[in-house]
Amino acid sequence: MSSSNSGNVGIVIVSHSHKIAEGAADMVRQMVGDAVPLAWTGGDIDGGLGTNVAGILEAIETAWSPAGVAILVDLGGAETNSEMAVEMLAEDRRGRVVVCNAPVVEGAVIAATESSGGSPLAAVKRSAEEFYA
Amino acid sequence: MHDANASRAAGNSLPLQASAVLVNRVGLHARPSVKLTQCAKRFAAKIELALDPDGPWTDAKSPVKVMRVKAPQGATLHLRVAGPDGEAALAAMLALVNDGFGEA
Repeated sequence: MSSSNSGNVGIVIVSHSHKIAEGAADMVRQMVGDAVPLAWTGGDIDGGLGTNVAGILEAIETAWSPAGVAILVDLGGAETNSEMAVEMLAEDRRGRVVVCNAPVVEGAVIAATESSGGSPLAAVKRSAEEFYA
Repeated sequence: MHDANASRAAGNSLPLQASAVLVNRVGLHARPSVKLTQCAKRFAAKIELALDPDGPWTDAKSPVKVMRVKAPQGATLHLRVAGPDGEAALAAMLALVNDGFGEA
């Protein structure tokens, strides 16, 4: 978990693997810098491979920005648990959190690059999703 | 003063073009691409790059597109800039490339 104070769109990384989530976050910090709120979560509540809604909610809270939060996920449960976490957010925040259809590592770096330039949430999502365009 | 600003803005919105050789060891790979797009995004001007002066031109503000160019070390990077802050943008972009993106 790490964060940074700024008005830029926050980035949340959700992987089944704690190590992948942490490593992807390291890449974002080293390549893009500190201008973007960033948080990551990986693994189930017992420390095994998986994802958990509570961890995702906590990560969204850590990376929260008034400009919103873009979530990058790896497989299946990471996506459905992220969607569940978004549904559990307060109503005024729910509309400002999106799950991106992009590869988790590359998407996180690109989304953060876009965010670091002050782009709005829709542009951050669109840029990350260019990988599949 | 208002007129002077207007004419300067109009004069600078003609496309400016320049080139620089990629001197850093890895060329335009991931990290330099991120730095380049971050630099480009600081300006309002439209900024494009190409490996050939006749194009194809790539939007320098799109990190995904810039990485897809896969420009290697030693390649000549052509920059085309249009907009009111185009001159400053071109100078900043050239400085970044000439500096090897700070990684030599």
